[in-house]
Amino acid sequence: MTDSALEVVLGPLASIPPGEGRAFAVGEKRVAIFRTRSEHIFAVQAECPHKGGPLADGLIGGTTLICPLHAWKFDLSSGEALMGSCGLSTFPVRVDDASRIVLTLDR
Amino acid sequence: MQKKQNLVVIGNGMAGARAVEEILGRGGAAQFDITMFGEEPYGNYNRILLSNVLNGSQQSSEIFLNPLAWYRENGITLHLGVLADSILRKSKCVLGCDGTIEAYDKLIVATGSRPYIPPIEGLTLEDGQYKPGLFVFRTLDDCREISEYAHGRGRVAVIGGGLLGLEAARGLQNCGVEVDVIHRGPFLMGQQLDAPAGTILKTSIEKLGIGVHLNKNTTRILGDNRVSGLVFADGGRLDYEMVVIATGITPNAEIGARCGLTVERAMVVDDQMRSIDDPDIYVVGECAQHHGRVYGLVSPLWEQAKVLAEHITGRNTNAAYQGSKVATKLKVMGIEMASLGVTEPEDEHDEIVQFTEPKKGTYKKLIIRDGRLVGGILLGEISKAAYLIQAFDRGTPLPEERLTLLFDIGAPAKQAVTLEELPADAQVCNCNGVSKGAIVGCVKNGKRSAKAVMETTRAGTGCGSCRSLVADLVEWACGGEAEQDPSIHYYVPGIPMTKPDLIRACREQNLKSVSAVFQALAAGQEDAASKPGLASLLTTIWASEYEDQRDARFINDRVHANIQKDGTFSVIPQIPGGVTNALQLRRIADVAEKYNVPMVKLTGGQRIDLLGVKKEHLPDVWRDLDMPSGYAYAKRYRTCKSCVGTDYCRFGIGDSTSLAIRIEERFQGIDSPAKLKLAIAGCPRNCSEAMVKDLGAVAVEGGKWEIYVGGAAGAHVRKGDLLCVVDNAGDVIQYMGRFIQYYRENAKYLERTYGFVERIGIAKIRAVVVDDSEGIASRLDEELRKSVAAYRDPWKEAHMPATPNQFASLLPVIQ
Repeated sequence: MTDSALEVVLGPLASIPPGEGRAFAVGEKRVAIFRTRSEHIFAVQAECPHKGGPLADGLIGGTTLICPLHAWKFDLSSGEALMGSCGLSTFPVRVDDASRIVLTLDR
Repeated sequence: MQKKQNLVVIGNGMAGARAVEEILGRGGAAQFDITMFGEEPYGNYNRILLSNVLNGSQQSSEIFLNPLAWYRENGITLHLGVLADSILRKSKCVLGCDGTIEAYDKLIVATGSRPYIPPIEGLTLEDGQYKPGLFVFRTLDDCREISEYAHGRGRVAVIGGGLLGLEAARGLQNCGVEVDVIHRGPFLMGQQLDAPAGTILKTSIEKLGIGVHLNKNTTRILGDNRVSGLVFADGGRLDYEMVVIATGITPNAEIGARCGLTVERAMVVDDQMRSIDDPDIYVVGECAQHHGRVYGLVSPLWEQAKVLAEHITGRNTNAAYQGSKVATKLKVMGIEMASLGVTEPEDEHDEIVQFTEPKKGTYKKLIIRDGRLVGGILLGEISKAAYLIQAFDRGTPLPEERLTLLFDIGAPAKQAVTLEELPADAQVCNCNGVSKGAIVGCVKNGKRSAKAVMETTRAGTGCGSCRSLVADLVEWACGGEAEQDPSIHYYVPGIPMTKPDLIRACREQNLKSVSAVFQALAAGQEDAASKPGLASLLTTIWASEYEDQRDARFINDRVHANIQKDGTFSVIPQIPGGVTNALQLRRIADVAEKYNVPMVKLTGGQRIDLLGVKKEHLPDVWRDLDMPSGYAYAKRYRTCKSCVGTDYCRFGIGDSTSLAIRIEERFQGIDSPAKLKLAIAGCPRNCSEAMVKDLGAVAVEGGKWEIYVGGAAGAHVRKGDLLCVVDNAGDVIQYMGRFIQYYRENAKYLERTYGFVERIGIAKIRAVVVDDSEGIASRLDEELRKSVAAYRDPWKEAHMPATPNQFASLLPVIQ
């Protein structure tokens, strides 16, 4: 952990059902958090770069995310666009010993 | 790390190299150390283009598929110019003719074929070499030698009037010599044509200045030191300075026979392309015989290579080669032709549709069995070829008006311009703005299947109405050799199974949830795009026993409302038959005010839409409305429009409104492969447009109802087909229900009824649904009844969320 990073506790892991995503407001920033059925957790920007679709409402499978508006696809772990050109910002995120979601943001 | 297996490939032609490419494409480099034997001293080249090298239109360097660098880059050991001599099955190794020994764990035999040389006297000189001036046409070296020798000669004969022989004749003519084609059979191109077509082709070819001699069985080649002429079985003789033999192929199967593999016409393989005698030996291409057939064309070879690769890499151990339907478009000496399936009827039940215009060199013949195309020949004018090949490949039912199969008549042709004439900047996909140029560019960049092009360019991924045009363009841009993506036959892309196979597997293995299906049938590999389709199918199979996992649902089905462009939702309550009242309207008005609903709009389905509702307001909106969900967001039964009917309309002859309300009560919430929109009309004026709905009923005089299925008036416009005429409203509900269940069980995911009805054919559907030809009517009725019984209004979930934060659009973070 460097000085320029800030850790934010988003809430209990149980606030997100397995296989789905939820959007969180962190100050001015909005972040979509996904919890896969295999219990991996990912954090990406909340809006689709295509037309601003709410990514937290998307379908996920493995590490693929599909935007609910026009089915653009992204890789959750790298943020890479799987079709189309513009990818997503990703953020480090983990689950702590108290089963809380902890997001790391640049200060 | 697991030790890599040794994979040895005998043969470096199109089949061997393609099989290796397919294996590498599936991550095979991590599983196998690959070694290849290639008899010719080159990399791998496209044999189909050989005649272009012969006629000078292409350089030999242009037809290489994989240069030698490709083998280096992929870590493949290549024994170039080394003929594999034998396979030692017991010690599992291959011996090369130069003494090389390569041990294998898995072996691929792709030895291809060689020219068939008919029994003719005088082929060779005393030293056993072919007489100078005698050539066979098969390899790149043959091409060079033939064109060098032909230079400055007078008359040349080509023995063999098949495709290869005619190609050779064309090539030789371009070398500036006079060419005769000598053919044993009674007409040219016996594999692809029938006698009348062969005769027309002969006339067309003779007009190009090439001589054609039919029924000529060559018995001897004259000439002491070099070729000087031919003698025929009928006693005739003709003088030639050069002879080229192009009389078909013989599979190179000897290496298999020597090591004890079963060889008939070629090495016999099972559906996984393995020798039936040895599971570690795969055979692919022209040296393989599958279900009694040996294929000499390129597209079957591609299909075989794919199955082989799926199986050998373990990606899909159920992959099975089903045999190929052979349909080709050819251009021989500038004459266009297409040939599909059989060339002659097989019994008196086969229907023949035929047209001949010898003066123009045009001939068209189709052979139809049970309403489907099983064979055909098009010569000279082939504008319908793409449509017919598609109908043949997919086995789709043909239109009753057979004339339209051969010609575009009446209305102007669907495509006013040909694909070639279509300008590069013409917009093909109007949803995503994809031009012809972008699609062609994508093919040039290596995407060789319609699916791959659609994924890359997004063409066809909007409303879907341009998909067939995109597929045609890809086919055209690939020069007729586009790859068929097997996944077009899958129910969902992530599970390699057709719908019937998938249903069977789910039933047999008791798979009741989407994650259980991925676990059992896709090695635990989840595919996001496949989830909603699987959820739909499992609901159909298991009804109330289905184990619902909310993450498998599209957002609309998670929150029971339709997502809008700004992330808000549209709320459409149920209004059966489009009949409402003051109380309901007042309640809707109150909700609109209370929640600041930005837009209230009447829908096309005779309902009221509240647009712009925030996700977190959905439960309260539903509670205040106190009306059931209208399901205007799901792949389910949506609504049933109706006209006024007998209550007030002075023309009404059937009580359409009551029927529409009964239908809504019966089918509300029924899930299906795609949305179902219905309408009932109280008289043949058809004000509710029942003929362009997924299902529609129209009242006709005498207390009867006509039932239509497969209509559409959206992205695609189609008049529904008349399913049957019934005597009362109860029968309308029964037959509609039975059709819906048949559609639920047999349609692909997202396949609307208009596509389904065209694919299956109304005659078949009528037989099953109305006449109970398969004896499943009562089962269909019972399955549907179970789904009807499983109905519950999802808006009742309002204050009992199914998942944490189900209706939260943004969770606050408390710091």
